[in-house]
Amino acid sequence: MHQISAKHGTNVEQVLQAVVNRIPPPVASTNDPFKALVFDSNFDHYRGVVANIAVFGGRIKKGDKIVSAHLNKTYEVNELGLLRPDEHPTQKLFAGQVGYIIAGMKDVKEAQIGDTLYLKEQPVEALPGFKPAKAMVFAGMYPMDQSEYPSLRSAIERLTLNDSSVTVQRDSSLALGAGWRLGFLGLLHMEVFNQRLEQEYNASVIVTAPTVPCKAVLSSAKLIKQHGSEEITIVNPAQFPDRSVVSEYLEPMVLGTILAPDTFIGKIMSLCSSRRAVQKNLVYIDDQRVMMKYLFPLNEIVVDFYDLLKSLSSGYASFDYENAGFQTADLIKMDILLNGRPVEELTTIVHRDRAYSTGKAMCERLKDSIPRQMFEIAVQAAIGNKVIARETIKAYRKDVLAKCYGGDITRKLKLLKKQAEGKKKMRRIGNVDVPKDAFISVLKRKDK
Amino acid sequence: MIRRTVCAAGRALSASRRCFSGEGVPVDVPEGAAGPPHIAKEASLYVHWPYCLKRCSYCNFNKYIPKESNDHIMTTCLQRETETLLQLSQVSRITSVFFGGGTPSLAPPSTIAAVLKIISKHVNLPDDAEVTLEVNPTPAGMSKLKDYCRAGVSRFSIGVQSLQDEDLKNLGRDHSSHDALQTIEEARRLCPGRVSVDIIFGRPRQTVESWERELSELLRVCDDHVSLYQLTLERGTQLFKQVQSGRVTVPAEDVMAQMYQHARETLQQHGFLQYEVSNFAKHNSVSHHNMSYWKGRQYIGVGPGAHGRFVPLGEDGVLREARTQTLEPDVWIYEVQKRGHGTRRRIQLGYLELLEEVLVMGMRMTRGIYHKHWELFSPHVGLHEAFGASVEVQDLLQSGKLILDDRGLRCSWEGLALLDSILPALLVELERQILPRLSDGRITKTSNPH
Repeated sequence: MHQISAKHGTNVEQVLQAVVNRIPPPVASTNDPFKALVFDSNFDHYRGVVANIAVFGGRIKKGDKIVSAHLNKTYEVNELGLLRPDEHPTQKLFAGQVGYIIAGMKDVKEAQIGDTLYLKEQPVEALPGFKPAKAMVFAGMYPMDQSEYPSLRSAIERLTLNDSSVTVQRDSSLALGAGWRLGFLGLLHMEVFNQRLEQEYNASVIVTAPTVPCKAVLSSAKLIKQHGSEEITIVNPAQFPDRSVVSEYLEPMVLGTILAPDTFIGKIMSLCSSRRAVQKNLVYIDDQRVMMKYLFPLNEIVVDFYDLLKSLSSGYASFDYENAGFQTADLIKMDILLNGRPVEELTTIVHRDRAYSTGKAMCERLKDSIPRQMFEIAVQAAIGNKVIARETIKAYRKDVLAKCYGGDITRKLKLLKKQAEGKKKMRRIGNVDVPKDAFISVLKRKDK
Repeated sequence: MIRRTVCAAGRALSASRRCFSGEGVPVDVPEGAAGPPHIAKEASLYVHWPYCLKRCSYCNFNKYIPKESNDHIMTTCLQRETETLLQLSQVSRITSVFFGGGTPSLAPPSTIAAVLKIISKHVNLPDDAEVTLEVNPTPAGMSKLKDYCRAGVSRFSIGVQSLQDEDLKNLGRDHSSHDALQTIEEARRLCPGRVSVDIIFGRPRQTVESWERELSELLRVCDDHVSLYQLTLERGTQLFKQVQSGRVTVPAEDVMAQMYQHARETLQQHGFLQYEVSNFAKHNSVSHHNMSYWKGRQYIGVGPGAHGRFVPLGEDGVLREARTQTLEPDVWIYEVQKRGHGTRRRIQLGYLELLEEVLVMGMRMTRGIYHKHWELFSPHVGLHEAFGASVEVQDLLQSGKLILDDRGLRCSWEGLALLDSILPALLVELERQILPRLSDGRITKTSNPH
């Protein structure tokens, strides 16, 4: 077995040699009709979409007319070549080779990963391809202020140009205005994206806790007709159908694989069980390390699981997860009420077991971020009619300037006008003035 | 009918030096009379004496500790500026005079007499016009009270602040509670029914109980008027720094609220009528001078840092100005000597701005804003129209914090304590109602009532 170190560069040559020697050559024939798999793509400002392909049959040259199986669109090959790892243009590519082509595609979406390309005159059966990269972690992204919306939009557009795995959906929040719900392949993906937004595009962004799309199996014929199917996906809490018209709710699950030194088994098991996870497997992969497989509800790991795992294992644990379908879940819609009135922007879909802790946390954050007013404010979390958590913001009994004579009025009026302006910007729910910051503090990601 | 008190008699003696401006015997025009009350023709006058011997830890007024006596030149300049501003304002009558500061009771009584003389020289200053002097209750101050009376002062406002000697010391005051009590007594002797006492609550280490006791003690000795102020931390004062650094703590907000409520109730039980947020009077002995601030009347500010609100000569006679005199005494003196007055800032008040002032000041009075009063400043948009449409105002009316009836708009007992929370909603609504009318010409932009 080779001992290698990327850090020191030990035996890297040997690894490459081993790959050449031991990995079987591609099985493909240049005599077959041309057939290539698109496995990546990126956008070049001057040349358009550059698709990375693996040629599984036949040959391709400049000027050939090719068709995308996915879109059924025809393109002409402008340029092609090998990757060494930089682009090395050639005249032709043959079966068994991996390279790139540029064929006049304008949008990265035209070079779908997993797509099959063939010659126009010789259609072939599409390759199995990849399952499309499915976004598993969502985050809401909103500009700090609506006036920054256009610049944030262009920043997101530019960033996603070279990253077709980020799904972008326009979304709007009553609290935060117009924004997006972005889907990422993972938490890290999201964090990197966010950081790039801030650093490269100078965008200041409110990142809200990722909401994981759940599903509902409808039982009402009318609704099934309305939605066009029995099973619907719910992304926005406002769309959550009531229990009475649903036969079951489903939440996405993942199969998580944790590799860690066995000294951390106990802590890891506690962490996982606190996340409604079910252990599927635990094996030793060597005399010191274990591999643990757990079935998690996706919702339980999207926020901070990874970080906690890392910190309790001093960084030694690794985590990976894969889609594991949907499972029945006891999901409920939780409302936040201020003096009895629901705050639409704060409605949350949550698992029944988590309702109390989530509700309490939200109430506490609200209590800390809504300023005291002339009357008491009851901050409540409720499921239907049942209140499950409550905080109270006491009324203040005095708010009046002691002295206001001739010389004081200018200053006082200036202050009052400033308050009046601030008041206009606040959201009024019943008789409660709620500053925008309160929404942000409740909705933003709860980590660190 | 002129009330014959020692003070009024004293002023009558020097009446020979006064002259009426040709209008005959002054007539006091009652509120809401058929004819317009000459708002543009009268004003109250405020005179600022900027000097103090010591700095109180909480004070952010325009005050200075003089290196040498500037009394003579200050007096001359006060006279000069009074003259200039009276002429500039074109008023024909001064309804009240107030000497504030600093420590006005450091000024020689002759200063008071001189200023009153110059006023009378140029305009009508009625015999019974209220002339108030703020007094620092030291033995020195007390000894001058009689002379102040002779000079024309008809009302004293005594800065007692506290009856606890310990607190007085900590606040940086230069008198004892005994001094204060004696001064009150002397003042009451000279001007019975015309003495006001200032007291501060919410002081460091004060409790609701100690406040209750102090208030009882005060009520045994005070006259017919009490001004009750919550201790306010002002940026730049010594007290502010002490509290920020944690060396001193003041009572919590809720405790302050309790102290205030308690004082209101107690004073009411003792026959005092609260007529403004911080002011209480028995036998209707309100401060007419301060009332004119809250009623949106014109006032002329004389002296370093003084504030004024009037329509000056030359401005097509229409827009009221907010004026401030230069703050620093030495600079102010220079300016007055050079051009007759030391006005540092002049800002024209637009239609809406003046209305806002009328609103904010008027709501401080328990009687609030009468319809007739509002009409003077907003003839086209009455109170119901200006505020009635707002949902928030409806809520406030429903919850009993605001009252809008055929008398006018005012706060209830409970509402008054929360005035500053109510005012932003009123301001938003006022703007919403007035601005469109201004821009489409339904209202023309004159600001002073005709």
